[in-house]
Amino acid sequence: MKFEYQRPATLEAALKFLAAAGGDCAPLAGGTDLLVMIQEGLVGPRTVLDISRLEELKNIREEDGRIEIGALVSHGRAAAAKLLREKAALLVESCLQIGSPQIRASGTIGGNLVMASPSGDTIPALYALGAGVVLKSVTGTRTVAIEDFFTGVKKSVRRPDELLTAIVFPAPEPSARGFYNKLGQRKALAIAKVSVAALVTRKGEKVEKVRIALGAVAPTVIRAPRTEEYLAGRKLDPETIAAARSLCAGESRAITDLRSTAGYRDRMAGLLLARGLEDLL
Amino acid sequence: MNEIAIRFILNGKEVSVKAPPTFTLLRLLRERLGLTGAKAGCERGECGACTVILDGEPVTACLVLAPQVEGRRVETIEGIGNGEELHPLQQAFIDESAAQCGYCIPGMIMAAKALLDRDPGPSREEIKTGLSGNLCRCTGYTKIIKAVEVVAGKSRKGSESC
Ligand SMILES: Cc1cc2nc3c(=O)[nH]c(=O)nc-3n(C[C@H](O)[C@H](O)[C@H](O)COP(=O)(O)OP(=O)(O)OC[C@H]3O[C@@H](n4cnc5c(N)ncnc54)[C@H](O)[C@@H]3O)c2cc1C
Ligand code: FES
Ligand code: FES
Repeated sequence: MKFEYQRPATLEAALKFLAAAGGDCAPLAGGTDLLVMIQEGLVGPRTVLDISRLEELKNIREEDGRIEIGALVSHGRAAAAKLLREKAALLVESCLQIGSPQIRASGTIGGNLVMASPSGDTIPALYALGAGVVLKSVTGTRTVAIEDFFTGVKKSVRRPDELLTAIVFPAPEPSARGFYNKLGQRKALAIAKVSVAALVTRKGEKVEKVRIALGAVAPTVIRAPRTEEYLAGRKLDPETIAAARSLCAGESRAITDLRSTAGYRDRMAGLLLARGLEDLL
Repeated sequence: MNEIAIRFILNGKEVSVKAPPTFTLLRLLRERLGLTGAKAGCERGECGACTVILDGEPVTACLVLAPQVEGRRVETIEGIGNGEELHPLQQAFIDESAAQCGYCIPGMIMAAKALLDRDPGPSREEIKTGLSGNLCRCTGYTKIIKAVEVVAGKSRKGSESC
């Protein structure tokens, strides 16, 4: 490994450094992707910018009905946070599905988003929560809807001079229920073959609103709009769930790769949705 | 490559050591500090053989850069007994014959210690989750889990007796 190591003391200093570096600089958060990529020679940044101690990027808070999670919050800390356990249990479930205790202790939500893998485990839950991604540079701050953040496999709209500083989403209504279901080769240390997250708001017996996101079945995480539309206004019963299951399988656009075949993934997308909805009954 | 001085608390004692900033914590421990308990298995975060405890949390030392530990607390397998007696986890691994070749064991014990430090009486399922980042090619895990259960059982609140 060959690079220069820098550890700026403040966010401002980090942003200045990044702006001056002109792209040849990799922020280091938990290091669970970056250090693997460097060791495998997949990337070779001139500078590694250690942002892992920027405390201002480690908060989890709710303000005026909005929940904000700092980019450097680790999966382990997110999963243990009372606020998220109470109000965003599906995100907690997705954090607990990542890697192993060691990877969850180091790996961050911000790092998971910047990697922009279609199988990144926190991404479907954040789609379902309707999250926004906060990007900061010396020239300003912008918030991008999570569905506009990703542009392809491992690609996002983040500019090299920007840091992802936070993830924000409206606090779900108290009656809202969600889930994250992942299918991997094994329970721990497994990348998703397919995953489904959903957040369902009900009024009485009927579904008022539902947001469904599918992971690992397209170049980016995708929504399942036709299934969402079908479920809206309906009562969750076995027939409705069966219909949603096949609609959802039809919306999955999986490919065949070494982890799984396209047809299996599409069918499993439907099944993982159905299982999650059954648990809400 | 320029070397830099890295100061941190290692097993309760302050140390200062020089290393290139591109070193991983694993290499720092093994090659500069002579602590070869943490093992290099995959060096990709997958096997857990290099697990140490950093500020109370289990981490894979192969995915931490040496300069990242500046000013922080690192615990390794070498520091968990008191020099005279073994740590209860080490004793339980011996009593339960939980080690075969032994390569995975320092990482297993450090992952288990991180779990028990946080929750002294975890359930069997919680122990399995706590060790899910550690691979063992020899034992089949049963005796390893048993050894951790023995230590956890001593703190478990009445779960075994009723
Ligand atoms: C053994 C193992 C198992 C894994 N299992 C899973 C799994 O089950 N599910 C899953 O989704 N992922 C998994 N991962 C991948 C990885 O752990 C996650 O993607 C993690 O969230 C990455 O976060 P990090 O903080 O470690 O990122 P880093 O490695 O620090 O950074 C990743 C990339 O993002 C950039 N970056 C990081 N933070 C910022 C920021 N705030 N602003 C701008 N750029 C930034 C870095 O420059 C780098 O390019 C696994 C990795 C390993 C090694
Ligand atoms: S050597 Fe670090 S996890 Fe395998
Ligand atoms: S005892 Fe040999 S790898 Fe675990």
